[in-house]
Amino acid sequence: MHKVIIPVGPQHPALKEPENFMITLSGEKILKFSARLGYNHRGIEKACEERTYIQDVYLTERICGICSHSHSTCFVQAVEEIAALEVPKRALYIRTLVAELERVHSHLLWLGVAGHEVGFDTLLMYTWRDREVVMDILAMLTGNRVNYGINTIGGVRRDITPEQSKEVAKATNTLEERTKYYIQIATKETTLIKRLSGVGVLSHDDAIRLGAVGPTARASSVDRDVRRDDPYAAYGELKFKVITDNHNDVYGRTLVRMGELMESYSMIRQLLKNMPEGPIAVKAPRKIPAGEAVSRYEAPRGEDVHYVKSNGSEKPERVKVRAPTLANIQTVAKMLEDRQLADLPIVIAAIDPCFSCTDRLTVIKEAGVRKNKVMSWEDLHDYSIGWYRERGIDFAGLNKKLTRMLK
Amino acid sequence: MGLIQKTVNWARLKSPWVLHFNTGACNACDIEIIAALTPRYDLERFGVVLKGTPRHADVLLCSGPVTKQIKCRLQRIYDQMPEPKFVVAVGTCSCSGGVFDGCYNVESGIDQAIPVSAYIPGCPASPKAIIDGVVKLLSSLETK
Ligand code: SF4
Repeated sequence: MHKVIIPVGPQHPALKEPENFMITLSGEKILKFSARLGYNHRGIEKACEERTYIQDVYLTERICGICSHSHSTCFVQAVEEIAALEVPKRALYIRTLVAELERVHSHLLWLGVAGHEVGFDTLLMYTWRDREVVMDILAMLTGNRVNYGINTIGGVRRDITPEQSKEVAKATNTLEERTKYYIQIATKETTLIKRLSGVGVLSHDDAIRLGAVGPTARASSVDRDVRRDDPYAAYGELKFKVITDNHNDVYGRTLVRMGELMESYSMIRQLLKNMPEGPIAVKAPRKIPAGEAVSRYEAPRGEDVHYVKSNGSEKPERVKVRAPTLANIQTVAKMLEDRQLADLPIVIAAIDPCFSCTDRLTVIKEAGVRKNKVMSWEDLHDYSIGWYRERGIDFAGLNKKLTRMLK
Repeated sequence: MGLIQKTVNWARLKSPWVLHFNTGACNACDIEIIAALTPRYDLERFGVVLKGTPRHADVLLCSGPVTKQIKCRLQRIYDQMPEPKFVVAVGTCSCSGGVFDGCYNVESGIDQAIPVSAYIPGCPASPKAIIDGVVKLLSSLETK
C-alpha cells in the first residue's frame, strides 16, 4: 500500500510543547514513529556551569515547571552529598511534603490531559478545578504556585506553621474524596475503559529492555520505585505501597497514577503527623569542596538523575540531567507499532511526556553551512583530530612512535 | 468608521481567539495559561477561546525565551496569522530572557523574533496576571 509520512509539530493542536514527530502511515496504520526533539533546548546544563550553586538551584527548578521541585531537590541532594552537609530532619520532611503535593498536582494534571486527548473534556475541566486546591496549598506553603523555590542548599527556605499544616490536612481530605470519585469513573465508566484498554501496549519485557521508568514501567508490572529502593529525604521513614499494575496499557497507567494519588495522601498525613521540631536549614559553604555525586529522585514521571561535579570553586564544573521522559520516549515507538493513527495523542500523553525536561542535547553547527547535518562517530573523530592539528598538536607522529615502540 | 467596520471590531474584541505557542518555556507558564482557561479562572467568560491553528487566531500567547531552533517556526506561525494580530509575551523569560538570559541557545525574549503588543511578567505569570494582561490588551484596543 502507498506510504504517507505525516509530520506532527512543532506547532500542532494535539501537542502542548514544541516537538516534532514523523509518522509513516499505510492507510490508518502506523508503520514507523520517530521523534525529533530539541525545539525546547535552552542549554541549561552549560548555564549551570556559569552560575553559582545557589543560582543553579533556581535554574534547575526551571528545567521543567511541572516537576520543578523534583529537579531542584535532585540537584540540591547531589550538592549536599559532595559538601557532606547534614540536612536537618525537619527540612527533609518539608521537602518530602512539597514533593508529594507536587505529585498530586502533576497526576491530576495528567488525568485532565489524558481526558482531553480522548475527547473527554469534562474530565479535564473537573480535574483542573480540583487541582486548584493543591495549587492553593502549594502557594500558601512556598509562596509560588508553580516554581516553588523552597529548596536551598542545606535545607529549605520556609518553615511550616501549625495553622498551615491544618490547612494542608483539610485540603488533603477534599482531594482524597475527589480522587475516589475519579477512581470510580476510571473503573466504572465503560466508554473510558474501552477507549484506554489495549491501547499503547508495552509488555513487561519491553518495558525493561527499553528502560522505561515511573508509572509507565509500573503499569507493565515493573516493580521499581526510587522512593522505596533507594530512599532519599524522609521516604525511609514513611509507610507506603508501590503501585503496580499488569494491564500493560494506557488503562493500566491510569490506574497506577490514581493509586499513587491515594498513596500520596496517606504520605502527606504521615508527614504532617510526624513532622519533627528543629531548624530548617544548615549553613552551606559558598565554595563546595571538589568531588562528584549522582543523585536519584522519583519524580511524578519516573526516575530523575542528576550528576554534579565540583572543582572546589563556587560554580559547578559539570551538571548532567537525565529526565524521566528521555527514558520513556523510546517506548512510545514500540507502543505505536502497527497501531491506528487516532491512538497517537493518547499514547504519547500516557507516558506523561515533558519535553522541556528532555531537551538536553548537543547542537553542532558548521560555520557557513546552512543545512543541518548529523555527524557520525567517525566524522566526529576526524573532526577532533583536525581541530587539534589546527592548534599545532599532532598525534600522528606520536602514534607512529608508539606503534614502533610496541613492536 | 463605517457601520460594518464597527461591527467587525466589536465582534473581534468580544471574542478574541488565542493560539498558545511554547517557544522554549519551562512548561510552568504553559500550565498557567491552561489553568487560566479552566473553571477557576475561566478566561472564556471574556470570549477568549483557545484555537489549534494560527490561521484562526487573533492573539498569539507565547511563553519561553525563543530557542534558536524554534525562532523561524515562530516567525512562520506569526506570518500565517491573519491581520490584525497581536502577540502577548507570557512570563519573564519571554519578556526578557529571564533566568535563561545568556544561555547559548536562546534569544532574549519574543520581541527579538516578532513584534509584541503586551508583556506579562512573572516567573511563572499567574493566571490572574495573564487574565489582567489579556483584558488590558483588549481594552487598549477598544479606544483605538
Ligand atoms: S517565565 Fe519562568 S516560569 Fe515562565 S516559562 Fe519562563 S522560566 Fe518558566
